[in-house]
Amino acid sequence: MNLKIEKQQSEKGILVQVAGEIDAFTAPKLREELLPLAEGSNKSIIVNLKDVSYLDSTGLGVFVGLFKQLKKSGGELQLTDLSDRLKRLFEITGLSHIMNISVN
Amino acid sequence: MNEVMDYIEMKIPAKPDYVGVIRLTLSGIASRIGYTYEEIEDMKIAVSEACTNAVQHAYSMEEGGEVIIGFGIYPDKLEIMVADSGKSFNFIQTKNELGPYTESSTVEQLSEGGLGLFLIETLMDEVRVLEHSGVTVFMVKYLSGERENHDQTIANRETN
Repeated sequence: MNLKIEKQQSEKGILVQVAGEIDAFTAPKLREELLPLAEGSNKSIIVNLKDVSYLDSTGLGVFVGLFKQLKKSGGELQLTDLSDRLKRLFEITGLSHIMNISVN
Repeated sequence: MNEVMDYIEMKIPAKPDYVGVIRLTLSGIASRIGYTYEEIEDMKIAVSEACTNAVQHAYSMEEGGEVIIGFGIYPDKLEIMVADSGKSFNFIQTKNELGPYTESSTVEQLSEGGLGLFLIETLMDEVRVLEHSGVTVFMVKYLSGERENHDQTIANRETN
């Protein structure tokens, strides 16, 4: 039930590794950690979701919020290493057409 | 008609802390019935969305309270009810009060419930929402293959 969030600076931008379940309980923590990273202009954030075992609308909401904030300031958000389950969730909600996601 | 084979009810504080506990319980019940991994993962999202709605509703009202989750276990399907009224309910009676599911009510609920209710509608086979003193979400997932049988039965009944 715990969510692990690790951040590191890389050449391509800020790399964030998220592991665990993202739900109504853990989403506020994720939002708190991610949104400050988008402050400033032209920020590039790459979130690796390989070890996310559960995601629902509360988590999607966090990524949508981050995406919107980055868009406004000329930044970029990439969600990488999505499992088939997570990819499907982005597809059925239509977010895969709007956001930059990749399976590996 | 089918009677409930087994019924399991849980009551949790209306806090996001316990939504994960409901997912674990659902996972246990659904794997015992024989659902596939994909089906169980779909149901976990739908039930979490319903619980999250209930919890957030209780939070916004600053009422606290409890969320009740009922699992009706049939040979061919799983019925799940999530109620935020905080009062224990009569499963069959509440289910009968929900009325038929219509396309128009779905669209209305979509705009109100947002992505959460959209996911419930998409991931479950049948969804009904009852608004009374609180909100009750009733959802059904058929076992693989049972859905077709179910439709077939209805189709047969209609042609006869």
